[in-house]
Amino acid sequence: MTLDALALYAAALSLLIGSGFVLVGVIGLLKFNDPMTRLHAPTKVGTVGIGMMLLGSILFASASGQTSIHELLIMAFLFVTAPVSAHFIAKVTIHRGTCETPPAPPKDDTWSTLNSPDDQTAD
Amino acid sequence: MERAFRWVLPHPLLTLILAVVWVLLQNEITAGMAVFGVILGILIPWVTSVWWPDQPNGFRIGKMATYSVMVIWDIIVANIQVAWIVLTVPNAKLKPAWIVVPLELKAPEAITVLAGTITLTPGTVSADLSDEGHSLLVHVLHTDDPDSVRDDIKDRYERRLLEIFA
Repeated sequence: MTLDALALYAAALSLLIGSGFVLVGVIGLLKFNDPMTRLHAPTKVGTVGIGMMLLGSILFASASGQTSIHELLIMAFLFVTAPVSAHFIAKVTIHRGTCETPPAPPKDDTWSTLNSPDDQTAD
Repeated sequence: MERAFRWVLPHPLLTLILAVVWVLLQNEITAGMAVFGVILGILIPWVTSVWWPDQPNGFRIGKMATYSVMVIWDIIVANIQVAWIVLTVPNAKLKPAWIVVPLELKAPEAITVLAGTITLTPGTVSADLSDEGHSLLVHVLHTDDPDSVRDDIKDRYERRLLEIFA
């Protein structure tokens, strides 16, 4: 009984911490004024924020007498997909030139985003 | 025997992952679901093997496990640091920077894992790869010393990935 109560408190605490990180992510999204720095905010929300909320969900399930391990799967899929979408937003930002121009790579000709047929015809 | 094994299980690790994902999706562990998971794990790689004929060569699961634990720890620590930056550093004083990480990694899988790791650890986002894949473009949210961030990425993550995908 006391263990259940303890798990419930732990679930509440992790929900609070998770919400805190999501809040910070949203503040970051509103506060920063450049697309690239803005991109840093959602990557935070996706990791610790959602992670703590899912941990809260696991703890709550165990406190109410069930076991739930779905959440690990959600976490795994988020970890695999979040960088891909962030990468694409970054590529679009570079491609449209709405950020500072990145320095040229040392070995190769250019960045793969900038190496497009559109740019070459524009030259 | 070896060839028969390769024909039935073109990607043994993928089979295992699919079976585990299936069992996790059911949210309860029963023998029937485990068997069904293994059947799916054999069928799906077999049907889709036409699209990925190459075997990933050399992958050390043990080292990958310790690497994952280290990355999760880094994510937690870096999250707190970045939350602090978001709340206390005003926009005018923010020093974002592009950094270029020259890559020693050759395998596409390894580069993908490195790029994913960089994006997941807050404060850095991997933005682009050079057109022939020799360097990675990374955006840093706030740093006084871009070179040290680059050395950190190379020393902490890339060195370990070189061992994992040896």
